[in-house]
Amino acid sequence: MTQSIKKQTQSLKSFFKKKILSFDEDKGEITITFDQKNIIESLKSLRDRSEFDFKQLIDLCGVDYQDFKTAAQDEKRFCVVYHLLSLRNNQRLRVKVFADDDEFPIFPTMTEVWPNADWYEREAFDLFGLMFIDHPDLRRLLTDYGFVGHPFRKDFPMIGKVEVRYDPTLKRVIYEPVSIDERNNVPRLIRDEGIHRG
Amino acid sequence: MRVFIVAEIKNYTMNFGPQHPAAHGVLRLVLEMDGEVIQRVDPHIGLLHRATEKLAENRTYLQSVPYMDRLDYVSMMMNEHAYVMTIEKLLQIKVPIRAQYIRVLFDEITRILNHLLWLGAHALDVGAMTVFLYAFREREDLFDCYEAVSGARMHAAYYRPGGVYRDLPSSMPQFQPSKKQSSSEINKLNKNRTGSLLDFIEDFAKRFPTYVDEYETLLTDNRIWKQRTVGIGVVDPDRAVALGMTGPMLRGSGVEWDLRKKQPYETYSELDFKIPIGKEGDCYDRYLVRMEEMRESNKIIKQCIDWLRENPGPVISNDNKVTPPSRSEMKEDMESMIHHFKLFTEGFHIPKGEAYAAVEHPKGEFGTYIISDGANKPYRLKIRAPGFPHLAAINEMTKGHMLSDLVAIIGTQDIVFGEIDR
Repeated sequence: MTQSIKKQTQSLKSFFKKKILSFDEDKGEITITFDQKNIIESLKSLRDRSEFDFKQLIDLCGVDYQDFKTAAQDEKRFCVVYHLLSLRNNQRLRVKVFADDDEFPIFPTMTEVWPNADWYEREAFDLFGLMFIDHPDLRRLLTDYGFVGHPFRKDFPMIGKVEVRYDPTLKRVIYEPVSIDERNNVPRLIRDEGIHRG
Repeated sequence: MRVFIVAEIKNYTMNFGPQHPAAHGVLRLVLEMDGEVIQRVDPHIGLLHRATEKLAENRTYLQSVPYMDRLDYVSMMMNEHAYVMTIEKLLQIKVPIRAQYIRVLFDEITRILNHLLWLGAHALDVGAMTVFLYAFREREDLFDCYEAVSGARMHAAYYRPGGVYRDLPSSMPQFQPSKKQSSSEINKLNKNRTGSLLDFIEDFAKRFPTYVDEYETLLTDNRIWKQRTVGIGVVDPDRAVALGMTGPMLRGSGVEWDLRKKQPYETYSELDFKIPIGKEGDCYDRYLVRMEEMRESNKIIKQCIDWLRENPGPVISNDNKVTPPSRSEMKEDMESMIHHFKLFTEGFHIPKGEAYAAVEHPKGEFGTYIISDGANKPYRLKIRAPGFPHLAAINEMTKGHMLSDLVAIIGTQDIVFGEIDR
């Protein structure tokens, strides 16, 4: 496995050269970050060139980096992560792309590269509010009809913003602001010391 | 001269579900029909969306394990498996070999559980009632295995980061005499429950191939079954890869891809089994693939039983920064007490980083992607559900088919909304 990782690293670096913004190899997984420019061509060559041959898009997901700044992302908030799989070379690859604008995150659509990006992008649009330019059918996918907001963003409360109940006088279901407080019994804690094995 | 006036027929829209017995849960389809021929299918999903990924961001790593059971609620332990494997990868901890074998054993039990439900439901949708009843008879025995090992018949929470919660029990729960059943009836029921759990599973593994033969006599050469499945929902291999299909959906199209063989995890590399593949890529081939997978799973189960009988040992890592100490240690040793307390209040921390780990789930590749910022909770958890791209491909698979074929295609995709909606 380490052999193939080395080979994969080499072929990626020699083909993309400067196009790779950051390269990371950790626990047998390779993560590369691309710039938004030419991203479609880069991913197409990952799909079509025989040394990569990533014919399958395993997963596409949005990430909101608001509360977690890493070196790779250059203070940008929204990111799309592609998990690619090559059946012929038996390799995996993780590709990250960051949006330049935090207020209105825009990404190019990958539906023409991998057809199953369609629903994944709809999901990312629904949950994170990422806009995929030229997507054929960018509707909400998982949330309710008429839902407002993007629930997986870090500034969206876990218990949501509205609650529903049946109103006997109006004789229909109505939406109201949530009446309960968020309950969090275990605080989120980052320990620099004492992390496993520390 | 006679003039025929043909009325212009336009497509009409039809609603299917969300509460339809053939929809396998809460699937709403908006169908565009031309007569009885489907032109377009627009699935509306999300009726079972519980935001598992968001919930996991607000809970410690251990607290999220039971949520995983509820994703694909017909193959519970496999979901846990992918999740704990990702955590183990991030922490770089080793799982004891016995725990790995137990995981493989229960993965394969789960695969049979899942395929039995799929078989019963699929056959029921297409019109064969009997298979459903047979399949549920066998599922009952497998649920008893779940119960014996974890105390829960479905939502086990048995796999833990670092191993499994406890070793296989040396006795099986027994039926108790009641007013309804005489003691001789009870004795008959308890006949294969007198030994350990492994004896019970072995007894099941011996009986199971004949059961599969029974299902096959009901379906494989059945004319009606063939009329409803042969040539329906054909996906060619390249297209199946491009559409993100995995598992039996991909293998049914003739692509030889199985993570257990290609990227072996746990002890799969030491076990002897084969990957069945289809040829035509239609519903019938996928049916044959799954039937054969059940037989292969049964073989793996037998090998695991033989190994587990001979090799006792620990079933969970002794790294007490991640796994709880034993009860007796916890009561006597101060340090163990502290470990126990810290683990179940604050939970363990995972160093900064990210990882993706996947298992060969009965439905395809089930993976979890965790980003950790060094806290006791994941920063982001993404669940890669195998059913999601399959359902997304339904428009392409059903185009030009009749409405009744749609039901067969939903059946062959083995859709479960717990995982698709998450």
